Amino acid sequence: MAPHERPHVAVVAFAQSDHLRTTDELSEVEMLMPVLHEVLAATGLKTSDIGFTCSGSSDYLAGRAFSFTMALDGVGAWPPISESHVEMDGAWALYEAWVKLQTGEADTALVYSYGKSSPGSVRDVLTRQLDPYYVAPLWPDSVALAALQAQALIDAGETDEPALAGIASRSRTAAADNPHAQLKGAVAQGDYAVRPLRTGDCPPIGDGAAAVILAAGDRARELCERPAWISGIDHRIEAHGLGVRDLTASPSTRLAAERAGVFERPVDTAELHAPFTSQEVVLRKALRLADDVTVNPSGGALAANPMMAAGLIRIGEAAARIHRGASDRAVAHATSGPCLQQNLVAVLEGETRD
Amino acid sequence: MTKEPVAVVGIGQTKHVAARRDVSIAGLVREAAQSALLDAELTWADIDAVVIGKAPDFFEGVMMPELYLADALGAVGKPMLRVHTAGSVGGSTALVAANLVAGRVHGTVLTLAFEKQSESNAMWGLSLPVPFQQPLLAGAGGFFAPHVRAYMRRTGAPDTVGSLVAYKDRRNALKNPYAHLHEQDITLEKVQASPMLWDPIRYSETCPSSDGACAMILTDRAGAARSPRRPAWMHGGAMRSEPTLFAGKDFVSPQAGKDCAADVYRQAGIADPRREIDAVEMYVPFSWYEPMWLENLGFAEEGEGWKLTESGVTELDGDLPVNMSGGVLSTNPIGASGMIRFAEAALQVRGLAGEHQVDGASKALGHAYGGGSQFFAMWLVGAEPPTG
Repeated sequence: MAPHERPHVAVVAFAQSDHLRTTDELSEVEMLMPVLHEVLAATGLKTSDIGFTCSGSSDYLAGRAFSFTMALDGVGAWPPISESHVEMDGAWALYEAWVKLQTGEADTALVYSYGKSSPGSVRDVLTRQLDPYYVAPLWPDSVALAALQAQALIDAGETDEPALAGIASRSRTAAADNPHAQLKGAVAQGDYAVRPLRTGDCPPIGDGAAAVILAAGDRARELCERPAWISGIDHRIEAHGLGVRDLTASPSTRLAAERAGVFERPVDTAELHAPFTSQEVVLRKALRLADDVTVNPSGGALAANPMMAAGLIRIGEAAARIHRGASDRAVAHATSGPCLQQNLVAVLEGETRD
Repeated sequence: MTKEPVAVVGIGQTKHVAARRDVSIAGLVREAAQSALLDAELTWADIDAVVIGKAPDFFEGVMMPELYLADALGAVGKPMLRVHTAGSVGGSTALVAANLVAGRVHGTVLTLAFEKQSESNAMWGLSLPVPFQQPLLAGAGGFFAPHVRAYMRRTGAPDTVGSLVAYKDRRNALKNPYAHLHEQDITLEKVQASPMLWDPIRYSETCPSSDGACAMILTDRAGAARSPRRPAWMHGGAMRSEPTLFAGKDFVSPQAGKDCAADVYRQAGIADPRREIDAVEMYVPFSWYEPMWLENLGFAEEGEGWKLTESGVTELDGDLPVNMSGGVLSTNPIGASGMIRFAEAALQVRGLAGEHQVDGASKALGHAYGGGSQFFAMWLVGAEPPTG
């Protein structure tokens, strides 16, 4: 390999749990274990075969410090493994694993993430993400902040309530074919949650887990019939203060997409992490998606939004479509923070078939 | 495949204290980052990406604080990653940043770790009960004390060794202007007379709770060539993890620590760490972990670590100085403590460690661990670029 040639990395396997409103009978680790077993079985790899492991989760959802340590016991990290963790959505754990594979120190990686929103009030919990001195003490919740963004879009003439209802309907209709989805089929738009958002514009609250295996170069071809090659991946963050951002645009998504090479050639599929209908409007514009692009065939975050895993699932769903030949070039997106503050964009490609 | 060489060209720390009431969390981290930029003679615009680490969010009561800190760290419009690997996080964060350079994803990266423990209460932040899971038993001391006793019983170490380490580290801290504890009147007798907290660990053999941040600027070969001051070069770096609880675990000398050190030495071409490494910054939150880690890291045979400590080898003017900066025993902003070890190792090989400089240090090890002695992160830095 030439010294500056970038190792080519692919998603070779993906698994996710059924996403449920409550999982009182399961710990986070018990929720995760079947998913880990499934993704490893898909490749025939054992924990000890994996070159690097990285996970994403949140102590605040678990209600205790160092909550991820118990998941590691479940992975079976013996003999000791090369391993790391991000306190972020699993999409960023995948990014860290991708970086590790770029150094050539590993040629396979296991990435997993999980979150249980059901034990607490996730709307309240997420207020703890805000500026702790000036904003968090006011407890503005995630739905209220998303409603500010939705109203800004409506005021700017970018969308209206019927169009948002259409996004909700299309997503949950698509989710009817997704056995893991939490909310699917004909779901009523419902009453206003926070104007102008109705309950139908908001994601379901639920618990879930996901896992992905990455492999580099020939290793990917050995492990998967049609690897989903990550031809580009990038992520960017914006200012935290909502008052200094134009909520109708997502410059961080646009920049990440440029760096990931989204605009070099058309994509046929987009898996967008848009927990609120209005955010799909912003993301479509930032990613310059053409009308013929299939958006969120899985139902997206409007059908299942397990915190910390929903972004990784977008990458997994896009990759799975490439694995089964339903897509040749897909864009996957993950978000974090209030009103699309931080965004990750990956381009996944399948090799041309005969 | 050849990796890009990684150089440390900027290092910044805050003065660590019990409570920085004059700054917000954002103010604290910005202070360390600006100090690192000043050292590297770079500006915010020169930074391609930011990698930030800290220990649990419950320590400050802010969920995913990187979101709030994006502005303060000049990260707007840039990639920002948040690493969390328990107590080893400061080291892991630096290694993730180093991988961004080594994998040629970015040219120049700011990495920073912090803890502002005065915003909350770390001991109880660590002790939130969860049914059917092992709690950390009223803070970390309760968890680690039995393993110290196991070490003493296994090796026959006299019970005075722990106090020697604390006395040494607190004296070293007097030479480090950034250290939290500056106990001008410290004596060995005072350490030995301090109250017993978690038998055999005495009050003066434990780390303080600090507010503080540490930042480094990592860059590639081209960036190092432009550096106004001597860079430290990374010769090896690794992370290893093992389960918290299982029947075969050796809490006194965990296999993950041995494997991690072995990987770093392999990368750096170190055959005999005792002879080839000039200075060590190791993560010693309770004094007895110095002799324990001396064995785990391969500086002493099993059962012999306490003899190195007792004979003065690990003193600042000894043959293998350990924790020249005063270490975690003198300064413990938990999430930053691992990165401070990495940064202090780099300062030594840059020759910029001031009063606690080891003469002619050309290879230094930075070490961090976390969780129930299950997460390890280490790097070895040198004054010269790696060969090959």
